[in-house]
Amino acid sequence: MLPFDFDYYKPASLKEAIDLYQSKARNREKSMFISGGTELITLGRINLVHTEAVIDLKDIAECKVMQFEGDYLVFGSTLTLTKIEETNLFPLLTKTASEVADHTSRGKITLGGNICAQIFYRETVLPFLLADSQVMIVGPDGVKVAPINDIFKEQLQLKNGEFLVQLATDKRFIEAPYISIKRRQQWDTGYPLITVAALKMGEEVRVALSGLCPFPFRSKKVEDSLNNREWPINDRVDAALAELPRPILNDVEGSSDYRLFVLRNLLHDVLEGLGASF
Amino acid sequence: MKTQIIDLHVNGNLRTVTVRSADTLLYAIRGKLGLTGAKPGCLNGDCGACTVNVDGWPMKSCLMLAIEAVGKNVTTIEGLKNTPIQQAFIENFAFQCGYCTPGFIMNCHSLILKHPDADDATIKEWLESNICRCTGYTEIEKAVKSVLEKN
Amino acid sequence: MDVIGKSIIRKEAQDKVTGRARYTHDHHSNTMLSGKVVISPYGHAKIVKIDTIEARKMPGVRAILAGEHFPLTGEDIRDRPPLAVDKVRYHGEAIALVIADTPGQAKKAADRIKIQYELLPVVHSPIQAFQKDAPLVHERLGEYIKEKHTSPVPGTNIATHIKIRKGNMEKGWTESVTTVEADFSFPPSDHVAMETRCSIAEILPDGTIKIMTSSQAPFMVKQLIEKYFNEDIGKIIVETPLVGGAFGGKASVQLEILAYLGSKAVGGLPVKILNTREEDILMSPCHIGLDAKIKFGADHLGIIKVAEIRYLWDGGAYSDKAIDLTRAGAVDCTGPYNIENLWCDSYCMYTNHPYASPFRGFSHSELSFAIERTMDLLAQKLQIDPLELRYRNAIKQGHTTPTRVLLNQSNVGNLQKCIVRLKELIRWDEGQIKEINNRLVRVKGISCSWKTSTIDPNAPSGVILTFNRDGSINIMSGVVEIGTGTKTVLAQILAERLKMNVDNIHVRMEVDTQTTPEHWKTVASRGIYMAGRALLEAAEDVINQLREIASIVLRAPKEDLELADSRVFLRDNPLMGLHYKDICYGYQYPNGNSIGGQIIGKGNFIMRHLTHLDPETGAGKPGPEWTVAAYGVEVEFDRRDYTYRLVKAATVVDIGNVLNKKAALGQVMGAMSMGLAFAGRETFYFDEYGRVLNPQLRTYRPLHYGENPEYLVDFVHTPDLEAPYGARGVGEHGLLGMPGALGNALSVAAGVSLHHLPLIPELIWKTKEAKS
Ligand SMILES: Cc1cc2nc3c(=O)[nH]c(=O)nc-3n(C[C@H](O)[C@H](O)[C@H](O)COP(=O)(O)OP(=O)(O)OC[C@H]3O[C@@H](n4cnc5c(N)ncnc54)[C@H](O)[C@@H]3O)c2cc1C
Ligand code: FES
Ligand code: FES
Repeated sequence: MLPFDFDYYKPASLKEAIDLYQSKARNREKSMFISGGTELITLGRINLVHTEAVIDLKDIAECKVMQFEGDYLVFGSTLTLTKIEETNLFPLLTKTASEVADHTSRGKITLGGNICAQIFYRETVLPFLLADSQVMIVGPDGVKVAPINDIFKEQLQLKNGEFLVQLATDKRFIEAPYISIKRRQQWDTGYPLITVAALKMGEEVRVALSGLCPFPFRSKKVEDSLNNREWPINDRVDAALAELPRPILNDVEGSSDYRLFVLRNLLHDVLEGLGASF
Repeated sequence: MKTQIIDLHVNGNLRTVTVRSADTLLYAIRGKLGLTGAKPGCLNGDCGACTVNVDGWPMKSCLMLAIEAVGKNVTTIEGLKNTPIQQAFIENFAFQCGYCTPGFIMNCHSLILKHPDADDATIKEWLESNICRCTGYTEIEKAVKSVLEKN
Repeated sequence: MDVIGKSIIRKEAQDKVTGRARYTHDHHSNTMLSGKVVISPYGHAKIVKIDTIEARKMPGVRAILAGEHFPLTGEDIRDRPPLAVDKVRYHGEAIALVIADTPGQAKKAADRIKIQYELLPVVHSPIQAFQKDAPLVHERLGEYIKEKHTSPVPGTNIATHIKIRKGNMEKGWTESVTTVEADFSFPPSDHVAMETRCSIAEILPDGTIKIMTSSQAPFMVKQLIEKYFNEDIGKIIVETPLVGGAFGGKASVQLEILAYLGSKAVGGLPVKILNTREEDILMSPCHIGLDAKIKFGADHLGIIKVAEIRYLWDGGAYSDKAIDLTRAGAVDCTGPYNIENLWCDSYCMYTNHPYASPFRGFSHSELSFAIERTMDLLAQKLQIDPLELRYRNAIKQGHTTPTRVLLNQSNVGNLQKCIVRLKELIRWDEGQIKEINNRLVRVKGISCSWKTSTIDPNAPSGVILTFNRDGSINIMSGVVEIGTGTKTVLAQILAERLKMNVDNIHVRMEVDTQTTPEHWKTVASRGIYMAGRALLEAAEDVINQLREIASIVLRAPKEDLELADSRVFLRDNPLMGLHYKDICYGYQYPNGNSIGGQIIGKGNFIMRHLTHLDPETGAGKPGPEWTVAAYGVEVEFDRRDYTYRLVKAATVVDIGNVLNKKAALGQVMGAMSMGLAFAGRETFYFDEYGRVLNPQLRTYRPLHYGENPEYLVDFVHTPDLEAPYGARGVGEHGLLGMPGALGNALSVAAGVSLHHLPLIPELIWKTKEAKS
């Protein structure tokens, strides 16, 4: 039961969506873009989200694409995670996405919604961070394309009235060896205790994490340590652990010390799994 | 536009209802259409008791706004008539209190349609979306597999 | 036997697979108003001010209740205000109730009630509550109205203290060569019935109070509304349709009171209150927590000579059913072992946690964890096979229980047989540990349990049978269909007794306290025992009436008549007889003359010879019989990560006799599943303010499909001579041994002794770390 009312709009084009947002802003009305809308509903019902207008992006053609364009694989932001999994064009993304929430919910949760989510795990961003993907954002100033690693700092840096349209990923990364492991507090249900996704490009291992800190991230320093072939593997992992961003989460899913214990083993598994442990 | 009159395709019928934009599909089908088969269990997407079928896919009706369902085909448990999965649930004692049952059946029903040859991993992936607090799940597993095997 | 033992499909099956089955919340009308409760955000705080001004101005609001002193409620001690006044004692406590036209309006208004608090020191655990200088949860404990057999200690946090004193402790310690001593604890958790609690109340112009509620105890609702609010009991009508899971959590009376007060505030209009999941977890009563201290002494063969036990139950902020839980824990405090010298203190402690209601197993899965872990510690110390140790100490006929009930061939099952069968079932002889590789290892853990049902000595159950004109019968019983299939089993019992086709027996699923004979409460696996006995008496009544009228028509003495296939006939000439349909509404002679009338059968039952417990020694008869069981759990454990997978779980329970095979298996497996979830994952996480940090199913996670193990279930058959067809209750027993068996398996697998629940990998890691 949502304890507030809102006007609902379903624009059919990027322009219409942006204009709507701006006209609401001019009237000092708060509006919110949605794609899956699950956060609007689940956080709205416990007063953690409030809005006066909802702009549903699901009818916008650009947000629905899922195809190769030249060397790039393009995903629209309103694709549901189930759809992405069923099509399986990007195996690492399929694997990471398939561990988010549960199958039925993933039929509603969308890629854009997960990446821009207030719930801080945003697990599906990990593959894109690893693959140096490009993001296409649209806003009052028009369309802009930027490398995700420039514009995703803990969360996607969007200005008022901007929204995520697409993500484009170079084929080379799609074909690279990968690993994705989600560890939970217990068994197979729940938020991540830690989710690690990794890619191997040539000899270099790339690692991105969710659930360790109150934001997902990929860290150059962590990767440099892991890739330092001069050191034995234990030292590489130790060095990587010393480079982690802070804070380390300490919550109902697990204490920070335990998370670090789990992460240590996961990093070993990643290096081993990608054949980079020697 | 905070309230709207919308047309919903539910169980093969076109139904016109007045809803708040903020009403969930679950609220609308239960409260406005009297289809109380879909159950509230958490209103948070966590339990699956509210599962219906939207355009052939399972959908937690507490995670969908009623207005989002415009133009889509919604099937609720009331729309299933003598399907093999319903019979299989009965024969395999796949429920006790029955509260999770409509949601479970709707999810199984979609699974059987979408993946008639589903293996164990696929069955698990789909069915872990629902919670049953009464059974030990093996009865539900048997029920689904008995139908899949007949395919 | 024709019908008994068969897997008869439950009577309401079609309704449940078509969405037609109706639960409380499915009953709705346009005139119904909605109630929304405002709950406390803190564990312990003074209420400084409640401001409802803005809320009252919101559209649709009919009434707001807050800050008023309503009569105190509570089953043994009346310590609980329906709405908190002066202070709040747990996170989730109801403070205000808004009644509005729609649920949305009620919620919006509730959000606008402003409450000012002043934080008070929080009592975080029973152990802390037990300390001399602990903050008091109830400052005026001495002033509350209480039941005779309850012994709160004013000036402390002790809501009651049950003592068990048996044998001679000194002698016991002298005879012992080994002792083991250990502490165990776990916080409260939740039942998570899939249907959240819901109550609807309405007061008619003539004063009739109608309540519809998702409850295991509609008759208790009626009794308590009378008692608390001085209402006329004949004017209280409580209806309960199908209930979507209960597990003890719906045996407490809470929401009904709020709905009643709500309706009263709006001139008797119908008011519905439906818990959100968060409210169901926080506000409504939870699954009790425990701090336990166990000390056993044994001789060199492992025969336990003496036990000293202290249970500090986490009753939470209000004592309600926790007093009974504390008593039940005391009565079976030793687990299913014969211990002649015994000292047990079982305390119901007040804390600033959500208060407790019964949970499937009624204190037994909780105490079993402590006892069964201790048993394994003893086995380890004495280097005796843990299964063998249990076999040697198993309680059996000729022994006495902690409260000194002498066990005989009927009032206790055969635990040794269960153990022997379990041994085969889990292939114990193949070894407890099996290496898979350098990380993975498969390990088995075992446990045992027993349980009697501590119910009120005068708890009643009644049944009425009416005939339809076609000779079929309707059963009216106050048992609530909470998922256990009890009403279908009652139909089976009747079919068996009357030698009828079970399809010709109809059961009324809904309970309505005005027209359904009372069944105390649908709890404690006692439905079949009590309602079954009442039913058999009603069946005799019906048989007698059928014979009576048939004897007139057939002109034969009653004694010469037999019944089968819905007919009454002459024993030596079965062809001469009458179908039930020709006599169940009286008999009409060819000329039109008629005799008799609709046959209505009645039966009732009350438990025999139950007593209160002696306040100093605990001596007394708390329940009718003890069901026993043995359990095994096999895990695949990762020695590097401390993670594990549930591979197999086994239960062998002495069921007496199986009434409905698949239903019984379903009950046992379902209970095991719940027990494993409780043991392995479910718990409340609290912060320093006593707030529950995981009140959603996203973070409070019951077992999901595929996380369950393979179940192995078997039965031993030692009939209970007092029970219908010898059957013992099994609704709870699958659960009882799971925490102990899982704890034992993981302790062996990880090589550390685990003393807390839930058994998550982090706990194992932490215990390991502390050791090294
Ligand atoms: C049952 C359940 C389990 C969950 N478990 C997990 C889990 O294990 N791991 C995990 O990572 N998450 C989990 N979540 C959280 C979930 O992934 C996010 O809440 C979800 O991704 C939101 O997706 P949506 O498409 O519904 O987003 P919406 O509700 O539509 O939007 C979410 C947020 O993103 C913004 N937004 C949406 N689209 C765009 C866009 N195109 N551009 C800019 N901003 C946009 C919205 O304004 C809003 O603030 C779970 C959620 C549920 C319901
Ligand atoms: S009510 Fe929709 S998932 Fe629980
Ligand atoms: S049958 Fe009760 S929750 Fe599944």
